[in-house]
Amino acid sequence: MERASAALREASPALLLLGLLAAAPFLGFGQGYTMTLLARAMILAMAAVSLSVLVGGAGLVSLGHAAPLGVGAYAVVALDAAGVTEGLVVLPGAAAAAALFALATGAVAIRTSGVHFIMITLAFGQMAFFTAGSLTAYGGDDGYTLYGRTELFGTRLLEDRLGFHWVCLGLLAAVLLLCRLLLASRFGRVLRASRENPLRVRAVGFEPYPFRLLAYALMGAVAGLAGALLANATEFVAPSYMAWQRSGDLLFMAILGGLGSLPGAVAGALAIVLLEEWLSELTEHWRLIFGPLLILSVLFLRGGLAGLPAQLGGLLRRG
Amino acid sequence: MSAQLLLVQSLNGLQFGVLLFLVAAGLTLVFGVMDFINLAHGVQYMLGAYLGATFAAWAGGFWWGLLLALPTTLAIGLALEWLVFRHLYDRDHLSQVLATFGVILVLNQGVRAIWGTAPLQMPLPEALSGGIALMPGLLYPVYRLAILAAGVLLAGLLWFLVEHTRTGALVRAGASNAPMVAALGVDIRRLFTVVFAFGAMLAGFAGVMAAPILSVEPGMGDSLLILAFVVIVIGGIGSVRGALMSALLVGLIETLGKSLMPDLMRLFLDPSAARQAGAALASMLVYIAMAAILAVRPQGLFPARAG
Repeated sequence: MERASAALREASPALLLLGLLAAAPFLGFGQGYTMTLLARAMILAMAAVSLSVLVGGAGLVSLGHAAPLGVGAYAVVALDAAGVTEGLVVLPGAAAAAALFALATGAVAIRTSGVHFIMITLAFGQMAFFTAGSLTAYGGDDGYTLYGRTELFGTRLLEDRLGFHWVCLGLLAAVLLLCRLLLASRFGRVLRASRENPLRVRAVGFEPYPFRLLAYALMGAVAGLAGALLANATEFVAPSYMAWQRSGDLLFMAILGGLGSLPGAVAGALAIVLLEEWLSELTEHWRLIFGPLLILSVLFLRGGLAGLPAQLGGLLRRG
Repeated sequence: MSAQLLLVQSLNGLQFGVLLFLVAAGLTLVFGVMDFINLAHGVQYMLGAYLGATFAAWAGGFWWGLLLALPTTLAIGLALEWLVFRHLYDRDHLSQVLATFGVILVLNQGVRAIWGTAPLQMPLPEALSGGIALMPGLLYPVYRLAILAAGVLLAGLLWFLVEHTRTGALVRAGASNAPMVAALGVDIRRLFTVVFAFGAMLAGFAGVMAAPILSVEPGMGDSLLILAFVVIVIGGIGSVRGALMSALLVGLIETLGKSLMPDLMRLFLDPSAARQAGAALASMLVYIAMAAILAVRPQGLFPARAG
């Protein structure tokens, strides 16, 4: 009983966020445009959660997480061009393609650590970006327009705004649960231990490399799934999916909610997508406001949004 | 593929490599001494190009543009260091990456707000316009050779400063073991400010030199910055010699790959498939080379840090 209530308490931020997202269409956020925005936030939240597992769980600071996202989106394009639009093929296919990409690039990148890892993931992301731009069969730099969304069991469920909302929400919940279970498992403990001290992990008989590589590939698959959904949400895929700025955005989302906190990554993604939207309505040059906010939050908001109450409390007590 | 074209492309590749070196040198020294990863270093290159073009148009001529842009980029670099970067030295790499990413967002957008999105033009210096006959029937622009010469000259100067002056010795010592240097009574922060300022100016210089031949546009520093990262990863972080070698290597691979790959692919594929596969492969070539080198030497070719 006690364990059950502890588990519930631990899961409550995630449940609260998912509950709010589930209720949103009925609380006056049901208009087409807001729904599009929410779907986009949920999709990017999936990618941010997977990055949060890598950064906070495994200590792998990837600045190229937009690449597996883009690979997933381009898998949708490649299958669409080949006439395959069944979701039961497209979504696993996108995840598998992204996992393969992450496996191949991770095999090199994870041999290094620290700042080398950051630079190499950035470089591989840029490689994917330029490669996508040279694929003239899929529109090259101009991108590729999808003339229909992916079907689900032969139905057009994803065309429907509310249907798409539920699919995104369901997948986000599944991703959160799986990542939670992964981090709590023996596998996750080895990951966290090798983040803290790889030498000791080796000393007790675990080699961190295969654990990290598998985590990198799995989280790549999650990003690929998010990419496939993003392609469906915008019905358009371009190399900009893999632009390194998006990798930076994802990293910001994963950090803003509090490093290593999975619901925090969801909150971060929601906050950033909505903030970008709001600022870009104010002015064309919204990045002039967004950039300083980013810098200030890195400098002063050390625990992310989740640590904000504690930080404010500390300020009040002191002063 | 004629010998002439090969020669021209090799020269272009070396000249691109020299520009890469000027950006990578500052980056690698700053990282070596302060363990600080500065994504916004490419912005210095962009600002150099913009300021050079603007001052050239305003004061009349390339040389004025160069002369005025250098101290201005230096001042902006120091201002950024004072405002943002120095609060990040004690933080982890993740915070450094994110905060300097924020700086890039602001400055790229700022450039858009001030100069608009249309590319700027910068005039060639008159003394260096025109071409020179390298071979009978082969005219190569003098200005591009001048970039190459300036880059080689600066590389030599940098080599002299780092290898044969007292400050250089401190920089090398700082790159291999900064806490030890600080413990010996050297003000490592001041040393770092000197290195940082010098690096910012080198990147600004590269920007001014590139402005007449490349398009001056927002975000032009970002792609160069990422290649500069590849350069210092291949060359070994903190090593100027490594940065020079690998910058030339990356410049050659990038330029020759783009021009040779489609032709090479035509040996195996039909023309349209060859063009596409060649273009895709050419854009991957630098990164494949990086992966291959790292597979053999994870610390890069000339690591500065022992152990």
